[in-house]
Amino acid sequence: MQLDSILFYLFAVQILFSALMTITRRNVVYSAVWLISTLVGVAGIYLLQGAEFLAGVQIILYIGGITVLFLFVIMLVPVSEESKQRRFSSQLWIVLIVAVLLTGELGYFLWQGADSFQMGEPTPPAEIGTVTTNSEQIGQVLFSEYLLPFELASILLLVAMIGAVVMAKARPGAE
Amino acid sequence: MEEILDNPYLQPIIATLLIVAVFPLVAGYMVLAERKVLADLQVRLGPMRVGPYGFLQPLADAFKLMLKEDIIPAASDKWIFWGAPVLSTFTALTAFAVIPFSDKFYVADVNIGILFILAMSSLGILGLILGGWSSNSKYSLLGALRSAAQMVSYEVPLGFTTVTALMVAETLSMQGIVQSQLDKGVWIAFSNYGLMLVPAVVFIIAAVAETNRAPFDLPEAESEIVAGFHTEYSGFRWALFFLAEYASIFVICGIAVTVFFGGWLRPFANVGFLETPLNVAFPILLFVVIGAGCALGAVRVTLAYEKAIMGVLALAMFLVAGLFAIPMINELIIGFFWFLFKVLIFIYVFIWVRGTFPRFRYDQLMQVGWKYLIPISMGGLIVNGIVLLFTS
Repeated sequence: MQLDSILFYLFAVQILFSALMTITRRNVVYSAVWLISTLVGVAGIYLLQGAEFLAGVQIILYIGGITVLFLFVIMLVPVSEESKQRRFSSQLWIVLIVAVLLTGELGYFLWQGADSFQMGEPTPPAEIGTVTTNSEQIGQVLFSEYLLPFELASILLLVAMIGAVVMAKARPGAE
Repeated sequence: MEEILDNPYLQPIIATLLIVAVFPLVAGYMVLAERKVLADLQVRLGPMRVGPYGFLQPLADAFKLMLKEDIIPAASDKWIFWGAPVLSTFTALTAFAVIPFSDKFYVADVNIGILFILAMSSLGILGLILGGWSSNSKYSLLGALRSAAQMVSYEVPLGFTTVTALMVAETLSMQGIVQSQLDKGVWIAFSNYGLMLVPAVVFIIAAVAETNRAPFDLPEAESEIVAGFHTEYSGFRWALFFLAEYASIFVICGIAVTVFFGGWLRPFANVGFLETPLNVAFPILLFVVIGAGCALGAVRVTLAYEKAIMGVLALAMFLVAGLFAIPMINELIIGFFWFLFKVLIFIYVFIWVRGTFPRFRYDQLMQVGWKYLIPISMGGLIVNGIVLLFTS
């Protein structure tokens, strides 16, 4: 129990600090590195909650897939030039409205206390040396109760992939 | 004392310390083995100067690398340049946590074992990319881009073939995978009427590519981009990258052995009458032969200290052979023996492949990945799934 709490606060501090660094760094590569740190922290929180499968997938997909592609693109941009440019943004009002809404929501729930959340049953931490069945549970739920959303998501991804291929394909006579 | 011995964290901590302490040495000798085998394939002798038959070469290399001047290019990004090799080594060694060395020796047995290793290897890619980018050199950047593209491409067939094997094993836990092969009485590579051989072969090809080994070593193709992502690295940082590379070779061979070739099981684990010949006679014979080879070497070398080293090696080998003759100790170490034996065979295959095939061109590399390996692995997944559905 003690170790759990210590680890939770460690991960929480890591996530918050890295997230702050992600949005404040001028150099995009630094932002990406801090983003990786944030995502690792989130995976750690998943592990603490007993959601091992989610933690593994979080790292494989978000870090191994998405952030690697981010870095791939960023590396083709001359970072030193780009980070000297003044930032421009025409979305100040939208950002402000969203930020106020989000703060309001968070404040409301903080004010209401823990009872206002609908929380699932916390899984008791597994005994050391035993193997949990987290992955099996996810598989069963995903292919029974949530089959339709699951398949819809896969179709959406397929459409996005075909769209990307079509857009990237060289048009005849464009050379 | 009782309390310490019963602590559930004791075994994992000891295993972790052992792995972290021993692996750098193992990596050094993997490099020596690679140089020796390559030399043999090319009809050369390989390293012969340091120690008898070059046996102390890894130690000399390690000292040289540690004592070298630490150069950080002036225009590089210091923090990331510093952190990249650390990240690579850290993730590569972390992946050892779920490798089932034997039924008794492992750090942890979790239900995401194989996912954990894949996750760590995808984190390790970042080390290469960031190292290449932070060096601020054309060659490094090109190498980093190549390795990123290559690893992302070859992760797909690697994942598909692993999923196929997991379908047969019905668990993600590394110990569970081995246990299921024991229960079924057949290694996964040969199960499903031999259909699983296809994913097994695709896995090994993708594994060679995933570890950036020849003939897929485009990220460090010396004839085109000097040394790829680690062009600007020297001394100890470079050694860390190498340690990470050899650690990931070991880990991926460990996965191949565990997932497809029975992990710490002996061949024909369910055939009772082979118990004594394979579990007792074979290791004893193997170590006696190696010991005899060392003894012969002790006679042939001329210098006194080289004679001493070879003599000690021969004695050690005979001692290990003796250990296998004691039933109680045999039971403890036989799983470990078979696991390491199979992993070393795979590492030998990796070196053999490196010594045999010429390097791919970049478009060929992508073609092999996307046009052959991915469709084959997907087909393997579907066909094996259908066969499993109708036979279970």
